[in-house]
Amino acid sequence: MTMKVDFNIDIHHLPRVEGHGDIHISVQEGRLAEAKWAVVETPRFFEAMVKGLSAERVPFLTSRICGICSISHSLASIRALERAMQITPPETARAIRLLAMHGETLQSHALHLFFLAAPDFMGVPSILPLLHSHPGVVEAGLLLKELGNELSIATCGRATHPVSLVLGGISKAPSKQRLSEIQQMIADRRPMLERAMEFFRTLPVPEFVRETEFISLRDDESYPFIGGNLVSTDGVVRDENDYLLMTNEYTVDFSTSKFTKVSRESSAAGALARFNNNYNQLNQQARDVAAAFGLKPVCHNPFMNNIAQLVECHHIVGSAEAIIDRLLDDDLSDIRTRYEPKAGAATGAVEAPRGVLYHHMETDEKGKVVKGDCIIPTTQNNANIHHDLHALVEQALSEGKSEKETEKLCVMLVRSYDPCISCSVH
Amino acid sequence: MNHLGFKLDSIKIGSFDFTCCEGCQLQLANRESSLPDFLALLDIRNFREISSERHDDYDIALVEGSITRSDEIRRLKTIRQKAKVLVAYGSCACFGGVNSRKNPIPQEELIREVYGDKHIETMPSMRIADFVQVDYSIPGCPVSKKEVEQIVVGLVTRSLVSLPRFPVCVECKQRLNTCLFDLGEICLGPVTRAGCDAVCPSGKTPCLGCRGPADDINFPAFSQLVHEQGLSTEEMREKLAFYNGFTDYHDHEG
Repeated sequence: MTMKVDFNIDIHHLPRVEGHGDIHISVQEGRLAEAKWAVVETPRFFEAMVKGLSAERVPFLTSRICGICSISHSLASIRALERAMQITPPETARAIRLLAMHGETLQSHALHLFFLAAPDFMGVPSILPLLHSHPGVVEAGLLLKELGNELSIATCGRATHPVSLVLGGISKAPSKQRLSEIQQMIADRRPMLERAMEFFRTLPVPEFVRETEFISLRDDESYPFIGGNLVSTDGVVRDENDYLLMTNEYTVDFSTSKFTKVSRESSAAGALARFNNNYNQLNQQARDVAAAFGLKPVCHNPFMNNIAQLVECHHIVGSAEAIIDRLLDDDLSDIRTRYEPKAGAATGAVEAPRGVLYHHMETDEKGKVVKGDCIIPTTQNNANIHHDLHALVEQALSEGKSEKETEKLCVMLVRSYDPCISCSVH
Repeated sequence: MNHLGFKLDSIKIGSFDFTCCEGCQLQLANRESSLPDFLALLDIRNFREISSERHDDYDIALVEGSITRSDEIRRLKTIRQKAKVLVAYGSCACFGGVNSRKNPIPQEELIREVYGDKHIETMPSMRIADFVQVDYSIPGCPVSKKEVEQIVVGLVTRSLVSLPRFPVCVECKQRLNTCLFDLGEICLGPVTRAGCDAVCPSGKTPCLGCRGPADDINFPAFSQLVHEQGLSTEEMREKLAFYNGFTDYHDHEG
């Protein structure tokens, strides 16, 4: 029998997530009265700010939507504008862009897994106590995060707010010496991936399942990162330009970040969504890691997003090694296509670390942007987080969990989505 | 910790964010190889992005972001009251940043465009110094972690810290880059404060002035250079406005 308890959980500006979000839970007489995921971030109005800007400057503005996934934003704008103005970037530039993005994904996943998520499992407020209690684990996290940053710095000049990703290609290629150094760094740091896996295997993942629809890109040739069809685990397949049908954004009165849905009341994007839709495109090593955690598609436990991120770290490192091997045989000279501005409209979709990201851009004949639209992964997770909170609290109450235990599960749930809140309120 | 034979206490620090991308805070967790040593200098009292521990006693407040809503003004004033030293870091905090691109547009129009009929409170993007006294400013989009480290270490060791007074061109020349003006591009390197190690021109991308004007710049000579090279004045203005750091020069004959 469940206890007839009354309590409220009110968390203002949830810590250890990017941006400002609140959790409100109200339990009366042992029953859930209200569960709310409320984003209170101040809006910046990037869609209005891109209007009138020269297309070549747009990626430098939109990268500022997010401090953690700036490379993804830059590449989403570049892809939208290149498709709108029919510019084909050279193959070498495309490979270097993908490396830059791999660096970002690795950096972002390592930041989330070690700095933001792990402290909950260890019962500490931050990574700082782990510096003393688990120095080997912190070292693994820092070395992997640094590897991601170094990969981005080598390929696009800077890890946050890239400098050399431009319309038509890239403005500067890394030297072969630098690429060889990165290749060596990957080889040196591979053992850290194993150490990370061993550590996360010791952490108990909460048991919770709420069926949902997972949305991601699908690329016929490889695990998706830049461009592709928009797919869902409910069988929806759409063209990249039909992103509006894959999002159906709407506003709610308690959040400055919008909500989205596709076939159900909510849907999810992110590492777990990519994993669920593209398992067959992962390399063997990544699949072995998934197997070690019992992670199989389609997994509906949102807490397993952490593990999907770890699986992706293994995939990315292997993919980066293969790309660098190819680039070392390239002369790295064909990196930028010159173009004439023209009128057009198109969508650029990329898989940012936290899920599928859409930029839609419309240009006039002088190459000035006349309309822009950005739909962020976290925006696509808001409704799912909101509905998960309902289901999770109900489950916790039926299991007789205390207020404190319930609160901890709720914050861990939100963090498992790795929300990027200021990004979602762009 | 010992410094030159003197025992130093770690310094109580808080990091706070307003309207921004949080990219500057993220830099604090970068430069991983020196991170444990940097953290050993600090007693982190309040840093929401990385810790769920929150205390209200701190000597240094690092403040990121610009101000665009009334609750932010109240929060900022409370932080100012509690901190001995307030450091505005990042172009948003120092100049209003890219967020200022919305300022010339009527705010109701912005809200209608993005949110339709939903009620949203917003106001033109303002600098931290528009509301409270700022003791140190570290510009940049994002800030350079190296510079933040220098300033924080300077505060811990009570030593004098200052930003470079010279322009980005100096650092760019030290890196032996080809001048972007010679490649037909307008670069704000001649007028922008150095300290970034000329990261953008070194990537063959023109400087957009995220660190604001250097000391004693010769702006008329700069706009004359743009004219002489036959480059677009409109493009120069678009670049000067990008981070809102050159508001004193916008209307200058160019």
